[in-house]
Amino acid sequence: MNTTKHKQNSPYLMMNDIGKSFPGVRALDHVDFRLRSGDIHALMGENGAGKSTLVKVLTGVFSMDEGSVILDGDPVSIRSPQDAQKHRISTVYQEVNLCPNITVAENLFLGREPRSMGLIDWKQMNIKAAELLHELNIAAAPTAQLDSYSIAIQQMIAIARAVNTECRILILDEPTSSLDADEVEKLFSLMHQLKTTGVGIIFITHFIEQVYEVCDRITVLRNGKLVGEYEVENLPRLQLVTKMMGKEIENLSELDVDRDESRFAGEVPIIEARGLSSGASKVAPFDLKMYASEVVGFAGLLGSGRSELVRTIYGADKATQGQLSIKGKSVKIKNPLDAMKKGMAYLPEDRKDDGIFEDLSVRENIIIALQAKHGMFKRMTRKEMEAYADEYIKLLSIKTPNIETPIKTLSGGNQQKVILARWLLTNPEFMILDEPTRGIDVGTKTEIQKLILKLAGEGKSVAFISSEIDEMLRTCSRMVVMRDRQKVGELTQNQLNQNTIMRTIAGGEGNDA
Amino acid sequence: MRNTEIKPVKIDSEPFFKRLLSHRLTFSLVVLLVVVVQNIITTPDFFKISMTNGLISGYIPNILDEASELVIVTLGMTLVIAVSGGVDLSVGAIMAIAASFCGLLLNGAEYRTDVFHNPYILALFVGLLGGGLCGVFNGFLVSRLKIQPMIATLILFTAGRSIAKQITHGQTIYIMNPVYKWLGVQIPGVPIRTTILISIAIIILVTLVTKLTSLGLYIQSVGINGSASRLVGLNSRAIKFMAFVICGVLAGAAGLVGSSSVGSVNSGELGLSIEMDAILAVALGGNDLFGGKFSIAGAVIGAYTIQAITTTLYAMNVRADQLNVFKAVIIIVIIVASSDVFKEKIKRFTRHLFSKNMSLGGLSDERQ
Repeated sequence: MNTTKHKQNSPYLMMNDIGKSFPGVRALDHVDFRLRSGDIHALMGENGAGKSTLVKVLTGVFSMDEGSVILDGDPVSIRSPQDAQKHRISTVYQEVNLCPNITVAENLFLGREPRSMGLIDWKQMNIKAAELLHELNIAAAPTAQLDSYSIAIQQMIAIARAVNTECRILILDEPTSSLDADEVEKLFSLMHQLKTTGVGIIFITHFIEQVYEVCDRITVLRNGKLVGEYEVENLPRLQLVTKMMGKEIENLSELDVDRDESRFAGEVPIIEARGLSSGASKVAPFDLKMYASEVVGFAGLLGSGRSELVRTIYGADKATQGQLSIKGKSVKIKNPLDAMKKGMAYLPEDRKDDGIFEDLSVRENIIIALQAKHGMFKRMTRKEMEAYADEYIKLLSIKTPNIETPIKTLSGGNQQKVILARWLLTNPEFMILDEPTRGIDVGTKTEIQKLILKLAGEGKSVAFISSEIDEMLRTCSRMVVMRDRQKVGELTQNQLNQNTIMRTIAGGEGNDA
Repeated sequence: MRNTEIKPVKIDSEPFFKRLLSHRLTFSLVVLLVVVVQNIITTPDFFKISMTNGLISGYIPNILDEASELVIVTLGMTLVIAVSGGVDLSVGAIMAIAASFCGLLLNGAEYRTDVFHNPYILALFVGLLGGGLCGVFNGFLVSRLKIQPMIATLILFTAGRSIAKQITHGQTIYIMNPVYKWLGVQIPGVPIRTTILISIAIIILVTLVTKLTSLGLYIQSVGINGSASRLVGLNSRAIKFMAFVICGVLAGAAGLVGSSSVGSVNSGELGLSIEMDAILAVALGGNDLFGGKFSIAGAVIGAYTIQAITTTLYAMNVRADQLNVFKAVIIIVIIVASSDVFKEKIKRFTRHLFSKNMSLGGLSDERQ
């Protein structure tokens, strides 16, 4: 399919030895990236790998600390998004950032309207827009208002706008996450078309299948470092996943996990979902059983739907179909409070946005869930609150100057422990822990893993989501694997090893080389 | 092992004066202090208190009396701002509506009478109810329909006084029965103005309600992080709604007090522009206008400070039409002093001074 044979050997874009640090984090560490004209190049990596930092360096949002960017053989310095525009680099983000309430043509030409005698030449603009849309096979009328079209079409219009500035490099940042299968197909055919005109496309996505469907090359980043650049046909899915996640297989027998599934025979599960799904999150209906005294891991790449699945159980996303039973009794969860009252707890993935109340004290952050459960008029006394806060600060060895310190001044690990304390205080039977160890130090990580096992030992049922497979291997007796917003498997006992898990996450036609 | 990862905690390293400067009450207390000192200099009898007509009177009781409507309204405004990060512009209009209901019940169809047509207590209750209904309307728009508070309350801000006029058939009504002034002036035999007692009672009531129930905590939680609030089981819609209803009832109470103190209901005048003073009072009290943590004490001090400034300016023979210029200057100072850009500048400036000293000592580590 490679129609642009010219310049095949010298990439159009070369980013050499790029380094970028933020306070306390080395976001990019000597990363090289090459993009050839007419290539669709996937940029892959898990959370914190450095994808978006790299893209932001390229588009002038961030300045790089070291390294060089060479465009078409000439070194360039891109200091602002305007500079990037000048060098014909365009970006289309996941959220369409066009103006919904003006016409398609106006959006396409906003800021560079064709003019005659100083006035906007509307006729000319609409004609040009029609030509452009026709050229790119986009089914939209120039004079229709933008928001009369689906998100997919809007996204393509955003791409058309980018292309119309005669861009040579097009960055698509998660363009498909809000699209359905048909819409994705349309987007891909547009990408193929652009490819033939020699545009180099950087494609960022979490969907592995899409990479294999549309891309020529893959660059994998992990923890701010370049893992490598590969041609798609030479990199089987399993290897891609392994490279993204890293495979430091550690000694797994450190922690004692009871993996004997037969112990649940005849037991009534604490949580049982049958065909459960929520309309908002687009996760395919799933079945799930969770028993007392077990830790179940939820594996899958970022965006695979693991968080959405547990959110549906907890009622954070309202279930629109299927059934949920708690201890054999069919229930309807209307909202999180409902779930809490039925013995659930949910530690959310995004600590800052969904977890902490940053200006409130450690004490208030700890007691808030229990207080919400009690209701407004049964306020705990100050003494009770302090006693609870002291107890859990000691129990989880939370490092804080005192219980009245605002939580925002604590380190990430200690903030996470405060949120754990918040949920332990409600004494749940079923705990959902979504990435409880992300972004926290190694010592605290181990503490939390031990705590998870201890909770299961006390009879609780724990759903544990993590991006680090070996962490789950150390704690879980069963693993649910998610891929592309679907539950694709459940692994137990001797299936619980890096290899099988990776293979299940990667999916595909069993091509493990 | 674990100890190596602990980040230094800021609070401990902050010097005392910096903590003092960042305390939410400091700013309002300083402004109040400046006003008081100014008064002591210019008005020798500032602290003088005397008895006239069986009432304790003087400079300070006067300020406390005149501030009472503002204080009551400010309490409601504090809750609304904390929970929503937006303001209730309709409080002044709600005052007029509540007073009109009350006046209608007391005067019947007459525009000037000294006979109560209905029990006084009933009229007061209906007045508060009217205020509460306005709060329900605002709360519904904000919490259910998710309209920005400022826009939602703009409706009653615009229409409220006309509604009040309709209730009183387009007239200013005069309630001549001396009992009506009990609320706004004096209950026979009590030497303190009723307005002062009522405002203090309401301050205590609101403080108790927010502290003895979890309402205060809930309001702060919703104001700080709506999505986290939902996940810990709080019904943020209901909490927002409640704050607006409370604000409406309190505005109603302020309306009743205000109309009682003049013995009439003039829906065009009652509580005019009070919403701006209330917002200013909340800000002056060190409360974040984007919502979140709030301090009732701060807001109350803010309200009394504003009244003290107004009274002082009048005493300095500033004309009423010039008054707003002075208030505007104060607003500018507050807004600038509390802006992030300004704080960052100050921080950088002090750090700059600090690093200069350091480099004199031969250190030039920019990263610190």
